[in-house]
Amino acid sequence: MTAELRLADQVLDLVRRTGLAAEAEVLVDWQAQGLTRFANSFIHQHVAEETTTVQLVLHADGRTATATTTRTDSDGLRQLVERTVASVRVAPPDPGWPGLTPPANAHGQAGFDPATAAATGQERAARVRGFVDAAGLPAAGYCETRTFRSAYANTAGQSATDETTSATLDGIARRDGVDGTARLVSTRLADVDGAWLGAQAAAKAHAGVDPVELPPGRYEVVLEPTAVADLLTNFALWGFSGLLYAQGRSFAELGAAQFDPVVTLVDDPFAEGSPGMAFDAEGTPKQRLVLVEEGVTRAVAHDRRTAAMVGGQARSTGHALPGGHAGGLGAIPRHLGLLPSGQSVPASSAAGEVGVAHPTAADLVRSVERGLLVTDLWYTRVLDPKSMVVTGLTRNGVWLIEHGTITSPVMNLRFTQSYPQALAPGAVKGVGDAVTVLPTRLGRGAIRAPALHLAAWNFTGGASG
Amino acid sequence: MSQFDVAEAAVQAALDAGARYADARVGHRRYESMTVRNGDVEALQQEESAGIGVRALVGSSWGFFALPDLSPRAARSAGTRATEIAQASAMVPGPASELVPINPVVASWASECEEDPLSVPLAEKGDLLTTATRLMLDHGADQAEGLYQIWDTTTWFVSSEGHRIDQRIRECGAGISATAVGEHESQRRSYPSYGGQYGTRGWELVRRLDLLSHAAELAEQARALLTAPLCPEGETTLILGGEQLALQIHESVGHAIELDRILGWEAAFAGTSWLDLSQLGQLQYGSELMNITIDPTIPGALGSFGFDDEGTPAMRRYAVRDGRWVGVLAGRDSAAVAGLDYAGSVRADGWARLPMVRMTNVGLEPGPHTLEEIIAATDDGILMDVNRSWSIDDRRLNFQFGCEIGWEIKNGRRGRMLRNPTYTGIGPVFWRSMDMLSSEIVPWGIPNCGKGQPLQIGHTGHPAAPARFRNVRVGVRA
Repeated sequence: MTAELRLADQVLDLVRRTGLAAEAEVLVDWQAQGLTRFANSFIHQHVAEETTTVQLVLHADGRTATATTTRTDSDGLRQLVERTVASVRVAPPDPGWPGLTPPANAHGQAGFDPATAAATGQERAARVRGFVDAAGLPAAGYCETRTFRSAYANTAGQSATDETTSATLDGIARRDGVDGTARLVSTRLADVDGAWLGAQAAAKAHAGVDPVELPPGRYEVVLEPTAVADLLTNFALWGFSGLLYAQGRSFAELGAAQFDPVVTLVDDPFAEGSPGMAFDAEGTPKQRLVLVEEGVTRAVAHDRRTAAMVGGQARSTGHALPGGHAGGLGAIPRHLGLLPSGQSVPASSAAGEVGVAHPTAADLVRSVERGLLVTDLWYTRVLDPKSMVVTGLTRNGVWLIEHGTITSPVMNLRFTQSYPQALAPGAVKGVGDAVTVLPTRLGRGAIRAPALHLAAWNFTGGASG
Repeated sequence: MSQFDVAEAAVQAALDAGARYADARVGHRRYESMTVRNGDVEALQQEESAGIGVRALVGSSWGFFALPDLSPRAARSAGTRATEIAQASAMVPGPASELVPINPVVASWASECEEDPLSVPLAEKGDLLTTATRLMLDHGADQAEGLYQIWDTTTWFVSSEGHRIDQRIRECGAGISATAVGEHESQRRSYPSYGGQYGTRGWELVRRLDLLSHAAELAEQARALLTAPLCPEGETTLILGGEQLALQIHESVGHAIELDRILGWEAAFAGTSWLDLSQLGQLQYGSELMNITIDPTIPGALGSFGFDDEGTPAMRRYAVRDGRWVGVLAGRDSAAVAGLDYAGSVRADGWARLPMVRMTNVGLEPGPHTLEEIIAATDDGILMDVNRSWSIDDRRLNFQFGCEIGWEIKNGRRGRMLRNPTYTGIGPVFWRSMDMLSSEIVPWGIPNCGKGQPLQIGHTGHPAAPARFRNVRVGVRA
């Protein structure tokens, strides 16, 4: 039994001793994080923490209360239970309570690397040294290692434990006011090659000098994996959230051909290189979930509450987050991937020839008569979740492609674009043949993205406004 | 052993391990939030967090370590590990630098609070939101949401220079939103802003919002927006409501004047700034109506405190005066690098996070007009209010905002409601076009400002009032 599961059982025992006839579930998350940030080619922020968070959910007499604490001594746990019991007695009624997860096997998938779990500040600093030296330009970014150990237990008899690791390096190289970037996440720090990433970022920065300003308009585009990661992140947040779907605020229509047939989207916490756990915050086992199959929308991500809201055949897909719906977004697929062409998912790593275009985008560039190569989409915000119209900007490198060749760097552009329309039937001209595993702003997870060749992208403003 | 003793043990351990400066924050925070949807409680969340974070300086390199354990042994371990991390940072060292000097302070400070928000019965707080959301459903909303949030944070700060400060800050706020869902899009209306209005106040802040009296109108407006005409495309005179202007200040002024961004310390993630320190004191940021202060002393505003997380006392200063850029948000290390003699804007999202340059209250001084006077003086324009979307480039220049609602302004009168209003521009061009500013200042609170890695959520205040801008591009759409 792990220390985390012992803590979970201890809390359940304290709940039972109160005499309250309640359904109870406990989630214990232990996290060790080390993060080494660099800017202007030196380490300027370097932090580490070890934190245990205990979450208790109680449901009694039709009311629900959730509480967490980082205090794991006996006083801290006792006060957690007392506070939650007091709250559930006076909380407003909760008719949407979906009940506890019944006993079910939740198997880990070996996404844990002991060497990464033991990584020191010196090891992260060495990756940073490699990036900075290889870039040979002013550089900035971070190297991070994280270890997660979780345990879940409830009064219905479900219990589970798992652990995983992640290692990330994300950096830019800077020259004459333009930036180039490279990044990667893996479950193993050994996969993170700081020197290759630094060289790739520098190649982009060198190729971005003296950009031209292009007029706004619709351009054919090749999106590098880093830009595709933004598409997938926004689809995860706004498109495949079971909560927004239940409320009629998602674009998703199950069974409808909403995407080009070359688009297959899969949420897979166990894909190689992706840090994933075997169960979600409600103890539901996780599994590979096909959200879009050859252009047809098949599923959205559910927790128990959103599945109950939808009713019918809907079931939790193992996507409950700690804190439930307190963040307003509900269940979210945090390991979303776009399958590469050929339907195979090669292992990702920082490998291949260093160049202006990411190695996985180079083939797509050759098929463009006139268009733009885009490295990153930045500060993207949804104007309306139902239509998924998004505004944002390009970042870290844009180039004009003419007759299959990169001919000139381009200043950053602002866009206003419906993401589902960008991937609609007939709109996707090509998908890269390999995926890169990338960090996501969705928290504990990763995005698997190939490059993408799209028929049109709506740029609505240039550098001058 | 008191919290101060624990913090002092950590600082001493960091010094013993080789640090030339160290500070420690013992923190305790309670948080409570309730999310209500369509008359039912969707989430009731209560959190307690306690621990210690230690910052150590070795040469020019920082290290930081945090633990949720307040035993003396853990505190000493945290101090030692912070120094070890700083020593690892020296593998990729920066230029030598110092900290701008401040006087060591022994003090105690607490924010004003008439009615402890955590002591207000849950049932009462729940009744408020369930009643409001049912009202919105009754008046045409397809989805009705209500939210309140409460933070009660106490910090004990000790530095190797002799600081010993305890500080208790209570913050809370609430808001409601109505969404109407159409065939191809949804429309949302919120009061007083999406996610709510927040301050360093007690529950009296929420009572004064009077959520119930706005619920019906919100729902009716959301429904009406589904069939309202689209905001036209083109250049026009734009009037912004105070809530939207607060976010405009936050994004295009507040982040731009963060010294760590200006120095390139956030280049890879949050971005840099279009501002160049060589222009400080000379650059015309906006029109002469533009007077923006950095002021953590405003009673009740969300960015207020007695001391920042480096122990610098709260102090008011100008960021922009008569349209000219004159000040930045700074910390002790960034100010020293920049050759400035003031800090005071460094904060951390709890004990487990490294303090960094953050906005406090960054906002406008009052103008000479009222909103009604501005409307009456406008022959042809659009009034937009309450933010719906925001996006700005990594230098804080090129922005595009969407608002929940717009109104046509014709011949000095408010006309038709407009759907999907958006506007876009370049920061300094936009601010230089401001030709009317209201005196109706409200210290808007933003409780979700993301910055840093690991991501830290900051609480910022932005005094703002309605204002008018000329020749603004509006109606951008897909």
